[in-house]
Amino acid sequence: MATRSQDVEYLVKKEYKHGFVTDVDSDTVPPGLNEDVIRLISAKKNEPEWLLEWRLEAYRHWLTMQEPKWAHVRHKPIDYQAISYYSAPKSQQDGPKSLAEVDPKLLETYEKLGIPLHEQKMLAGVAVDAVFDSVSVATTFKEKLAEAGVIFCPFSEAVQNHPELVRQYLGTVVPTGDNFFAALNSAVFTDGSFCYIPKHTRCPMELSTYFRINAANTGQFERTLIIADTGSYVSYLEGCTAPMRDENQLHAAVVELIALDNAQIKYSTVQNWYPGDKNGKGGIYNFVTKRGDCRGENSKISWTQVETGSAITWKYPSCILRGDNSRGEFYSVAVTNNYQQADTGTKMIHIGKNTSSTIISKGISAGHGQNAYRGLVRVTKTAENARNYTQCDSLLMGDKCGAHTFPYIEVKNSSAQIEHEASTSKISDDQLFYCMQRGISPEDAVNMIVNGFCKEVFKELPMEFAVEAQKLLGVTLEGAVG
Amino acid sequence: MLEIKNLYVRVEGKEILRGLDLKVNAGEVHAIMGPNGSGKSTLANVLAGRSDYEITNGSITYQEKDLTEMSPEIRACEGIFLAFQYPVEIPGVNNIYMLKAALNAIRTYQGKSKLDAIEFLNLVREKLKLVRMKEDLLNRSVNEGFSGGEKKRNEIFQMAVLEPRLAILDETDSGLDIDALKIVAEGVNSLRSRDRAIILVTHYQRLLNYIVPDQVHVLSEGRIVKSGHRELALKLEEKGYEWVKQEADAA
Ligand SMILES: Nc1ncnc2c1ncn2[C@@H]1O[C@H](COP(=O)(O)OP(=O)(O)OP(=O)(O)O)[C@@H](O)[C@H]1O
Ligand SMILES: [Mg+2]
Repeated sequence: MATRSQDVEYLVKKEYKHGFVTDVDSDTVPPGLNEDVIRLISAKKNEPEWLLEWRLEAYRHWLTMQEPKWAHVRHKPIDYQAISYYSAPKSQQDGPKSLAEVDPKLLETYEKLGIPLHEQKMLAGVAVDAVFDSVSVATTFKEKLAEAGVIFCPFSEAVQNHPELVRQYLGTVVPTGDNFFAALNSAVFTDGSFCYIPKHTRCPMELSTYFRINAANTGQFERTLIIADTGSYVSYLEGCTAPMRDENQLHAAVVELIALDNAQIKYSTVQNWYPGDKNGKGGIYNFVTKRGDCRGENSKISWTQVETGSAITWKYPSCILRGDNSRGEFYSVAVTNNYQQADTGTKMIHIGKNTSSTIISKGISAGHGQNAYRGLVRVTKTAENARNYTQCDSLLMGDKCGAHTFPYIEVKNSSAQIEHEASTSKISDDQLFYCMQRGISPEDAVNMIVNGFCKEVFKELPMEFAVEAQKLLGVTLEGAVG
Repeated sequence: MLEIKNLYVRVEGKEILRGLDLKVNAGEVHAIMGPNGSGKSTLANVLAGRSDYEITNGSITYQEKDLTEMSPEIRACEGIFLAFQYPVEIPGVNNIYMLKAALNAIRTYQGKSKLDAIEFLNLVREKLKLVRMKEDLLNRSVNEGFSGGEKKRNEIFQMAVLEPRLAILDETDSGLDIDALKIVAEGVNSLRSRDRAIILVTHYQRLLNYIVPDQVHVLSEGRIVKSGHRELALKLEEKGYEWVKQEADAA
C-alpha cells in the first residue's frame, strides 16, 4: 500500500453526485442578448416600468465595460451571444404556486438533491426557496414566517407585492455599474430570493435558497436581496448544484445584504456547482458579486462560504462597515481539485468608528487545482480605531496544484490595527502513514486532516450545513468527543 | 508470532537491511540495540508497512500470515503497533478524536462493536492514569507543540488504549526523564502477557532495568550480528559495539 502524494490526490477525487438532468418541458428564450431580450424577461415577469428602465440602464453600461482580467484564473472567452438568458419549466409559467400544484418532476428533483420541499419531510426550522433555472418553483413555510412579519419570497414576487421595499434597496449595495458581471446580472437577472426582517425581530427559522441549474446553454443570473431592519437577526443559507455537461455554463449572481442599526445577518453558502470532469472539461463559471452593507450602528454581517464546486470561482463576499461599531466577518473554505480554479476572498471597507473585521480563509488545492486568496482591507480616514484580523491558510495535496495569496491593505487612519497571518502546508506522507499505522484508512486519514484544517470555518456554519459541508469534503465529523 | 527470514530492504536505491533474521514468540520481549544508522528504524518501519521501503529478498511472517501482503492499516488492525521514534504532528486534528477513530477502526475490523463516547472516555481515563499523562494533551492537536517527552508518552498512551499484539517501540525511552522512563516501563510491563510480544529499540541498557527482555540483539550494518540475554546489554554499554562487529567479521 503506497502513501505517496499521487495517492493523496487520488483520494480526494470524488465523483460529482448531483450531475443528473431533469427532463421537463421548458420555455427557453433563444440565445442572444440585446434590449429586446431584456424587455422580454421584464415582460414575462410583469415588471413595473422603473425596473425595466433600471435593467436597460445597466445593460447600456455593461456594453461599455470589459471583462475583468486581474483574477488568477484562465478560461476561453465567453460568448455572451451564445447564452440563453431565460429558461423556466413550462409548468411554472404562471409563477410559483402552492406546493400542491408544483410539478412533481421538480419536487422529485429537489428530493433527489436532498432538499425535500414537502414541509412535513423538511428539516424543521429551515424555510427553503427553490430556484430552478430562471424561476423560483416553491417557497416553504411562507405562512409561518409571515406570522412573524418576515417576508421571504422569490424576487419576482417581491417586485409585485413589495415594490416599495425593492425599489428602496435594490442596487444600493452593488450599483448596476459596479463591475462587469454585476452589470450583466442587473440587466438580465431572472429570479432569486428576497428577505425582509422587520424591526426587532429574530427570524424564527433559518432561511435558505437552493439554486439548481438544469437547462443546457443557459446562464443563471439570480439576484438576492436581504434587509435586516433595526435590531433584527437572520441566518440565511444558500446551496447550489448543476448537471454534468461538457460545456461551461455561466452563473453570475448578485447578492446584496443590508443591516440597519443593531441588526445581524449571517449568510452561509455551500457552493457545489458542477466542477467539470477530471480533465477540466465542462463545469460552471461562478462569477458572483456578494456584498453586505453594515449601514447601521452596531450592525454585523458574517459571511461563511464552503466552495467545493464550479470550474471557476470568482467571488469576494465583502462588508462595508459604515455604521459605528459595526462588524464584518468572512470565513471561507475553498477547495480546488482536478483543473478547478478559484480566486476568492473578501473586501472589508472600514468607514465607521470602532469597526472591526475578521477574515479566516482556508484554501485547499489538489490535482491541478489553482487556489487564490484575494483580500482587501481598507481603512478610510473616518474609521477611527479600526481593527482587522486576517488569517489565510493553504493546504496543498500533491505537487501540481497551486496556492496564491494576494492581501491588499490600505490604511488612511493611523489608529488602525491590522494583523495578518498566513501559512502554507501539505498533507505529508508522514502524517498519512502515522494515521494508517493506527488503523485508520487512508481515505479517513485525509478526511480527518482536511477537516481539522477547516475546523475554524465549519464551526461557523449552522449545524445542518456543517454536516453537509463535511460530507462534501468527504470528511468524518470531528469533535464528537472532547 | 513474528518470523523474519533473510530480509533485504532498500531505501532510495540504498540497501539498508541485508539478510536480517529474527524470531519473536508470543509472550516475549526482545530488545534491539545497535549503532546509529544500522537499520533499526528501517526494520520498525518495514514491519509497520511504510511504502518507501522496498523488500528485495526474504520473508516476514506474522501470525502465520505473509505480513508483506498487508497494507499498513490492516497490519494495525491485525495488532501491530509502532511507537514512532519521531511522532508526527497533525495540526487541527484532535488527539483523542484520532485515537477514537483508530480504536473503532481496529475494533470494527476485529468484528467488535464500536465504543460509544462514554465507554471510550472511561477507557481513556483508565489508561491516562496508567501512563500518568496530562489530561489537557487529550484535546490538543495530535502531537502539535508537545514536548519531546510528551510525544513519547502520548505514543505509550495510544498503545495502552489500542492494546496491540505486537508492539514495536522505536527509542521510546530517548529523551525521557527518569520518572517518565519508569512510567513508560510500567506501561509496557502492564501490556506484557502470554499472547503479546514487544520489540524494544533502544540505545540505553537502563530501560532494560525496568523492562527485562527475554532476548537482546545487536543490529549492525543491516543484520542481527549477535543475540544474547540481559547481560549482553550491560556488556555493550561497557564496551561499545566495536567488539561485536569484529567478532561478526571474523565469523
Ligand atoms: N528515506 C530514506 N532515504 C534515504 N536514506 C534512508 C532513508 N531512511 C533511512 N535511510 C538510511 O538508512 C540507514 C538506516 O537508518 P535507520 O533510521 O534505520 O537507522 P537507525 O538504526 O534507526 O539509527 P538511529 O539509531 O540513529 O535511530 C541510515 O543510513 C539512513 O540514512
Ligand atoms: Mg532509529
